[in-house]
Amino acid sequence: MLKNEIKATRNKKLIFDSEKFKKSKLTIGILVVFMFIYLIYLIGNPKVFTRYDIYYSFMSTIPFTAIMALPLTLIVTLGKIDLSFPSVLAFSAWVYSYVFAVTHNLWLATLLCLLTGVIAGLLNAYLIESIRIPSIVATIGTMFFFRGLVNVCASGRGISLVGAKGTFLYNISVERIYGVVPAQAVWMLVLGIAFWFLFNRHKFGVYVSFVGDNRESARMMGINVNAVETICFIMMGFFSAFVAILSNLEVTYFWPSQGQGYLMTTLAAVFIGGTSVYGGKGTIFGSFIGALIIGTLEAGIIAIGLTGFWIELIYGLIIIIAVSIYARIMPKTT
Amino acid sequence: MTDNANNNTLLSIVNACKSFGRVKVLKDINLEIGTNEIVGLVGDNGAGKSTLTKVITGVYSLTSGDIYYKGQKITIHSVKRSRELGIETIYQERALADQQSLWINMFIGKEITDKFGFLNVKKQKQETERMLRERMGYTSSAITIDMEVKDLSGGEKQGVAISRALFFDADLIILDEPTASLSLSEAKKVQDFVVDIKRSGKSAIFISHNISHLYPVCERFIIMDRGRIAGVFFKNDVTQEKLIEKMIQLARTGILE
Repeated sequence: MLKNEIKATRNKKLIFDSEKFKKSKLTIGILVVFMFIYLIYLIGNPKVFTRYDIYYSFMSTIPFTAIMALPLTLIVTLGKIDLSFPSVLAFSAWVYSYVFAVTHNLWLATLLCLLTGVIAGLLNAYLIESIRIPSIVATIGTMFFFRGLVNVCASGRGISLVGAKGTFLYNISVERIYGVVPAQAVWMLVLGIAFWFLFNRHKFGVYVSFVGDNRESARMMGINVNAVETICFIMMGFFSAFVAILSNLEVTYFWPSQGQGYLMTTLAAVFIGGTSVYGGKGTIFGSFIGALIIGTLEAGIIAIGLTGFWIELIYGLIIIIAVSIYARIMPKTT
Repeated sequence: MTDNANNNTLLSIVNACKSFGRVKVLKDINLEIGTNEIVGLVGDNGAGKSTLTKVITGVYSLTSGDIYYKGQKITIHSVKRSRELGIETIYQERALADQQSLWINMFIGKEITDKFGFLNVKKQKQETERMLRERMGYTSSAITIDMEVKDLSGGEKQGVAISRALFFDADLIILDEPTASLSLSEAKKVQDFVVDIKRSGKSAIFISHNISHLYPVCERFIIMDRGRIAGVFFKNDVTQEKLIEKMIQLARTGILE
């Protein structure tokens, strides 16, 4: 009698706690949050949200945060953090603009810009892997270092990139496809899908999660932990430089103080998306949706009639509510 | 000392030393593991058993001395290398990642991929399912391959670690304190696995403080003490009680009879 009762409760438990269902809980959760917020926008100001203009604006701006949130997800899944990427963005943007201004060779500028990002990533990796500085401290250091480099190199001056307009590289970066879709939105989609496959279907993604979950276990099973972590930091640097190109071409201008706004929003996108700060559990899809939520928030809040003063309050509320939900539905057993 | 051309020797360690800075942890180690031989490695804490294991599995490299595997002199510079050679380890810490699923843990470091590195998820899941049900005998629906390892019991985690080693058809399986913190029935399961290893024609090194778990399944015993090999006994030459006696005496006096 008792055995059957135990079996029945076990079976019931299985339906609701089966691992496949658990995994989709997170995905469903973040989508529900997004849909809920979007519904508020739609109801609050249907005139704005049923016309193309606002989406055109979103597609022009959200990709910058979204693309950087992708490698950042890998870094957080590793159990690490990178606070330097906005500064790396700014410095590689300076390299890009300066090289273009001097040589008028956009290909060279692109190459050197991306190389700058890679070197910045290598520097972070060296400090964290070889010198063994905790990532938060190391990247605070490099955050200031690269910001300082921009300040010194640019001397407070902007650089025009108008000369890049109409070139092939400009067109594939930010030109409007058929006049309607900003190219950066396509990049965002393509990179989002690529990162999803890398994280969920490639052995590198397995290694990132495993290392973030238990670094020692990964080492004992033969994974080159240093290499995995180094590659992730290089990717972060590379894509910061990549976004630098997109965002600077978008306004055809370089200005030295750029990038700073991205720090909190990109981090927020990753955490709202559900990636665990403890490491070992990440979600690319979540970070993508998180970037959409963060990216639409400012415009959405204003559109529904609240003043700009409400923006940070609501940012904070969403972050707290989202991570609280995740903490409840995804308990980490000690 | 060793006849390296001997076909029955799987692993041979010659005059091996390992130091960490100025601390000598392994001193002049000479030992052999035969093909299809189950050897028990015993010794008190600090004897150097774990270090010896990690030298064989590539976690550490020798300070001096040589290792011969299947007659060939080799250097094991990484864990990946030792796994390629056919040496698998079931660590005391189990080397599992708690938040990852069973089927990910099963194949970690040796994933089934296409030539670009993309996982063959279907195959990995299938093989994990097979190992789980057939080899390990977990027929209950309470354990699934999608489960996170943290939801398994200690014995089940050990089962995953063991079947991982068995799956890759290792020639030498090292079990480091495999029965620590296991229940009696779970410990019995570990012993059954070791018997299974013998039956499959493979070799194993069984490291344990628990002589009663270790004695029944081993053919030969290597006793370590303070970084050295203190003595080697065949099962025929020593009973379980006698072995325990010798070890207590060794711990007290530093001499082995």
